[in-house]
Amino acid sequence: MTMASETGLPICTPDMSVGTLSAMKAVFVRDLKIALRQPQDLLNPLLFFVMVVTLFPLGVSPEVSFLREAGSGILWVAALLSVLLSLDHLFRHDFDDGTLEQLVLQPQPLFLLVLAKSLAHWVLTGLPLVLLAPVLGVMVHLEGNSIAVLCLTLLIGTPVLSLIGSIGAALTLGLRSAGVLLSLLIIPLYIPVLIFGTGTVMAASEGAPVGGQLALMGAFLVLALTLAPFASAAALRISLSNS
Amino acid sequence: MWQIFHKLGSPKWFFGIASALMPWLLGIGVALFMTGIVWGLVFAPQDYLQGNSYRIIFIHVPSAFLAQSVYIMMAVAALVTLVWRMKLADVFVRSAAPVGAVLTFLALFTGAVWGKPTWGTWWIWDARLTSMLILLFLYFGVMALGAAISDEKSSARAVAVLVLVGVVNIPIIKYSVEWWNTLHQPATFKLTEKPSMPAEMWVPLLLSVLGLYLIFGWLACLRMQTDILAREGRTRWVKELVQARGN
Repeated sequence: MTMASETGLPICTPDMSVGTLSAMKAVFVRDLKIALRQPQDLLNPLLFFVMVVTLFPLGVSPEVSFLREAGSGILWVAALLSVLLSLDHLFRHDFDDGTLEQLVLQPQPLFLLVLAKSLAHWVLTGLPLVLLAPVLGVMVHLEGNSIAVLCLTLLIGTPVLSLIGSIGAALTLGLRSAGVLLSLLIIPLYIPVLIFGTGTVMAASEGAPVGGQLALMGAFLVLALTLAPFASAAALRISLSNS
Repeated sequence: MWQIFHKLGSPKWFFGIASALMPWLLGIGVALFMTGIVWGLVFAPQDYLQGNSYRIIFIHVPSAFLAQSVYIMMAVAALVTLVWRMKLADVFVRSAAPVGAVLTFLALFTGAVWGKPTWGTWWIWDARLTSMLILLFLYFGVMALGAAISDEKSSARAVAVLVLVGVVNIPIIKYSVEWWNTLHQPATFKLTEKPSMPAEMWVPLLLSVLGLYLIFGWLACLRMQTDILAREGRTRWVKELVQARGN
């Protein structure tokens, strides 16, 4: 795509490879800055994560044996839900103030800019969840080894959640009942990640080797990194043409 | 070749072709399906291990077969929607999704009924069952997204993107029984091998699968025709058609 300003000079730099990378970096840094200026928004998914985990010992059973058995699953489900809840913010503000349209008009490939946004989303929600997980892991009586493996699976798994979620966020952009619809569309796609995430921790707590399952989760991550941005970019274009 | 392709995009042309095809699809489909079902339920020999309870296979396998095939057909149509913006492809996706959901539910339900006498439980969280349940959720998601976006064109393309993203689940369902050690038995039909059951069992099963395919074709045509009539209500050919039928 070529764009020319009024003076006839091209707006984009001719060297596209450098331009693309710096544009991705700009999008990434911008998202981080905006989020850090509203720290409460950053805190909310984390508080939600902690509260959901709290519900299980109080609602089901505070027995050590139950919590040790179910703890990894509880933490994974809570992490999944809080990522799901935070997805609405991924494109919403940019959509409302028109920034998103400017992003779509950039000469750089849209899917790379979307990738940068998804990564920023992960740094802001997924990564804090991973860092908080050991504390909650201790609270649900997981053993040291299990906690380490749990954090590792969350570290590999939460970026997948952000990337897949960006597709749903892009598809439901600007719709009336976006929140519930987003969950309906995305949860089926999250299930495989959840199964392998908790399965790995289960295997670790039984002393089985987990290398194979971690490798499979890594494969999920590579697949999501390479394919999801294309789908969300396509979905973004559709949602913008709709409005 | 391209002329046919262009014609396929015309709702009017499709409407005519579908009207001509539908009696055949329904007639042959019902004949094959009933033959397969009656043969399977009444005349096929008992299973040496499961006795008569295995006979639910004659409903279970065709619906499970179709449930996955319908999704693959929808994915192909979704690709056509995105690449060529063909209206009819989207009409197909919308018409097929509820049928696919019903078939998936039927496969899960008959599976549960079959599981009770053979495995001793209605439901287990086995890989094949779980992935079929995800397929059901995907169908619901497609239907929900299609209903949520009011603009026809963006709705078509958004649904198409979602259908294509969901395709990752199909190989997981297909190979779940081979990758993981599960209770569910491996596939009944494979292209490369002879079925592991005697001919008196697999021939009626094959007939009912083929019959259900044709019945699905009929149902899809019917639903697509209805959808086309609703969408093209303002065009002249629809008005003429309705008036001709009305008199």
